[in-house]
Amino acid sequence: MTPTDRTHRTVDVLVIGAGPAGLAVAARLAAAGVDRVEVLDREQRAGGIPRHCDHTGFGLRDLRRVMTGPDYARHHIAAAIRAGAVLRTGVTATGWAAPRTVDITGPTGLERITATAVVLATGARERPRSARLVPGTRPAGVFTTGQLQQAVHVHHQSVGHRAVIVGAERVSYSAVTTLRRAGAEVAAMVTDQPRHQTHPARHLGTRLRHGVSLVTDATVTELTGRERLESVRLRHRDGRTAAIGCDTVVFTGDWIPDHELARSAGIALDPGTRGPATDPEFRTGAPGVFAVGNLLHPVETADIAALDGRFAAAPVLRHLAGVPWAPGPLPVRVEAPLLWISPNRLTPDGPRPPRGRFTLRTTRFLTRPVLTVSQDGRTLHRGRLPHTAAPNRPFHLPADWIAGADAHGGPVRITAD
Amino acid sequence: MTVTTTGDLPDEVYDVAIIGAGVVGAAIARELARYRLRIALVEASNDVGNGTSKANTAILHTGFDATPGTLEARLVREGYQRLTAYAAETGIPLEPLGALLVAWDREQLAALPSLAEKAARNGYDETVILDADAVHAREPHLGPGALGALEVPGESIICPWTTTLAYATQAVRAGVDLHLNCPAGAITTGADHHEIATPRGVLRTRHLVNAAGLYSDEINRRLGHEEFTVTPRRGQLIVFDKFARGLVDHILLPVPTALGKGVLVSPTVYGNVMLGPTAEDLDDKTATGSSADGLASLREKGARILPELLEEEVTAVYAGLRAATEHGDYQIHADPGRRYVAVGGIRSTGLTASMAIAAHVAELLGDCGLDPGPEREIEPVRMPTIGEAFPRPYQRADLIAADPAYGTVVCHCERVTRGEIRDALTATVPPGSLDGIRRRTRALAGRCQGFFCGAAVRAQFEAATAAQDRTEARR
Ligand SMILES: Cc1cc2nc3c(=O)[nH]c(=O)nc-3n(C[C@H](O)[C@H](O)[C@H](O)COP(=O)(O)OP(=O)(O)OC[C@H]3O[C@@H](n4cnc5c(N)ncnc54)[C@H](O)[C@@H]3O)c2cc1C
Ligand SMILES: Cc1cc2nc3c(=O)[nH]c(=O)nc-3n(C[C@H](O)[C@H](O)[C@H](O)COP(=O)(O)OP(=O)(O)OC[C@H]3O[C@@H](n4cnc5c(N)ncnc54)[C@H](O)[C@@H]3O)c2cc1C
Repeated sequence: MTPTDRTHRTVDVLVIGAGPAGLAVAARLAAAGVDRVEVLDREQRAGGIPRHCDHTGFGLRDLRRVMTGPDYARHHIAAAIRAGAVLRTGVTATGWAAPRTVDITGPTGLERITATAVVLATGARERPRSARLVPGTRPAGVFTTGQLQQAVHVHHQSVGHRAVIVGAERVSYSAVTTLRRAGAEVAAMVTDQPRHQTHPARHLGTRLRHGVSLVTDATVTELTGRERLESVRLRHRDGRTAAIGCDTVVFTGDWIPDHELARSAGIALDPGTRGPATDPEFRTGAPGVFAVGNLLHPVETADIAALDGRFAAAPVLRHLAGVPWAPGPLPVRVEAPLLWISPNRLTPDGPRPPRGRFTLRTTRFLTRPVLTVSQDGRTLHRGRLPHTAAPNRPFHLPADWIAGADAHGGPVRITAD
Repeated sequence: MTVTTTGDLPDEVYDVAIIGAGVVGAAIARELARYRLRIALVEASNDVGNGTSKANTAILHTGFDATPGTLEARLVREGYQRLTAYAAETGIPLEPLGALLVAWDREQLAALPSLAEKAARNGYDETVILDADAVHAREPHLGPGALGALEVPGESIICPWTTTLAYATQAVRAGVDLHLNCPAGAITTGADHHEIATPRGVLRTRHLVNAAGLYSDEINRRLGHEEFTVTPRRGQLIVFDKFARGLVDHILLPVPTALGKGVLVSPTVYGNVMLGPTAEDLDDKTATGSSADGLASLREKGARILPELLEEEVTAVYAGLRAATEHGDYQIHADPGRRYVAVGGIRSTGLTASMAIAAHVAELLGDCGLDPGPEREIEPVRMPTIGEAFPRPYQRADLIAADPAYGTVVCHCERVTRGEIRDALTATVPPGSLDGIRRRTRALAGRCQGFFCGAAVRAQFEAATAAQDRTEARR
């Protein structure tokens, strides 16, 4: 055996990432009769992030019932296998040998798989403390929610006694639940926004049940402590500073797609989402390469990721049937304070996004904003959102206007005021 | 092979004890291990290379810009040669990228010829002065406004963690006792030997080497010497995601001017890009934190040098403390009467100079009456490959076929396998913490900083530590 020996195979569809999105697309394709659908995951177990979200709240939109993360993961794994997809875990897609040829490392050796269609479903991660440039010492006790949940729910590790949670969005409240389960007290939640960004009932429940106080309009300016974290220093918008004693801090939210594979293929990223730029048919700029799930929209709930997978099956089937690759040529861009829009490429006479709408994010609270869609100075659509747009939560823009866009014009712009 | 982390120190009188297992202390231990001597390397923390040696800019300097005629100039030049050869032999990741000292204004441009001259006086003749076009041709992503550069082809990047670990591993395998968690306290110097108080009992040694880095002045005072005082000079650094690696091909050094050294942009052997360091004189020898001001100033300078760099994600932020003194040169002094050598003031070039410092210290110990006896061959070491310029285990079909653990990736961002982590945990000098695993394997050092693998790596570490404790208890 030489160091570079690789087995070489071909499949019809290679799905990279066995989270809800990847499993859902694989299940649909296998059920539709595609011969060889292979799903890879680099973790030892399939299921993606829900695997270690040991709390309820999964499945409402795709399965019409609510279950725990691990149950939800099991459901999608079973469905993919039952449909006839091949599911392999503990194998990592490490790079590309050619446009639809992926190199793989696993305990059985090195492989090279060529597929007619590749579906990227690699998910998203939270930015760690370093990426957020939070100064101070580098003690133990600094987590992201992903790490915290695996420590507590998968490995049953201790995580400390008193924690501060940075962020007040949906996932931050999951972190509270996990910390309480691990026996830690939550000293405070800190958000740089003027209010929390979850359902009011969730926030109220957390406050009443766990006595967690929310510090708004504040940023973390420093971590202190040598071996172990000792405190988190804060600065309020009005200049006041404070320190909260704690041995644990969890940096929640602030998502970035795990776009490494996409980027290393030279696939263009959308400047807002930082995931691959895709059209309503989940096509990236690379022929035969699709992308689904939180890789495209960091982040939506698991059921939305799974629905992506379901909706992507039809375009993948069209590609397998030999329909020419013609991804949407027009970029769709948002302007501040909007953060991103997905999908973010379109063809004016092409299909609308699934469920007839685009998904967006804002960086700050906007009370019933007017959303304007324009192209080269021409207004294509203007409409008032019927509710407040909150940061870290989705809101939607109907897609009726896309037929009015000029296929040969400049980028479509979305503004909010 | 002896590495101890707890319990009483052995009841013997060593020939030589070295205080401090940084890159310098470890190099000295390795150098002396080439003789039949009983040597102790004692380190306050739970690992080797846990002080300044873990937090620097990781450049193997040619010594082109040293002050000619100083001890530092000579030891850096010699150290560069020695460590280049040693790295090839042991597998320490090293990449000879070459440096460009980029001139951003007239004053800096005017300084280039004299820097080339200084390099020549330091015995380095290979510098080339480049005009603006040549600079931009070599570094197309460089910010606008570069007027020219001095090219120093020999400047290299190296892995500082593997370097210290290689020295320590080779020393221990050749018979050196490494005592971790063993801070040296009061020292009593008798006619025949020193007695050094530690929380783990008294350490006895005929000869004493002080390689305590930031604390070398304090140890020096305990021996009755006052030659130097260490003032920590903090350097903060920002490490960018591997996607930035394509933006830069050389070490981009600042042109030193009257206003100070400035910051550099350099690839790392792990495939990242580093921006820094700051230079801040402090009085706290433990102030290895970063500051908002420091990071902001680095980003501002980086934006000028390599604008696209700032669009990439930040992987890590850290700070190291240079052991600066009131002197312009290394502070290496022998006191033959007390059979003592002080190795202080190893400021910003100690990684490069380490092997030459070690050889110099061995000579000074001779002046102190140490008779090392005949030299002997010591067993070569081969270190795990953690640099990107060489095939890593996850890319090696032969390794995976022999042991599937090398095909099981645990840390996804850095592609570190279960086999590599296991090897590190059972190595001659095992890690004392998760940080130690990070420095040996790069697990946890990637863009997610543990989001995906933090808990799994911790589980593997804790299982190994528990197994070790059980074996020790049985003994
Ligand atoms: C703490 C937390 C709580 C949450 N709570 C809820 C909730 O209550 N309800 C809800 O609906 N949603 C919740 N979510 C969100 C939900 O988990 C995500 O929306 C969902 O997992 C996204 O699915 P995905 O398939 O896009 O990505 P992921 O689930 O992230 O799956 C991606 C998969 O790709 C694999 N992968 C990546 N790169 C490679 C590679 N190179 N080779 C092989 N495999 C690779 C990964 O190992 C991973 O398994 C929560 C998320 C978090 C972090
Ligand atoms: C920001 C920065 C950038 C740098 N860049 C470079 C570079 O690019 N190239 C280069 O060659 N050099 C560089 N350097 C310099 C280099 O890192 C140092 O010169 C070198 O690491 C010094 O090694 P040392 O062994 O003397 O000190 P240290 O690594 O600090 O080791 C001293 C050891 O002594 C131990 N100790 C202290 N007191 C006691 C005691 N009482 N008992 C027991 N143990 C004790 C400490 O715990 C420590 O482990 C840089 C330094 C900094 C800070």
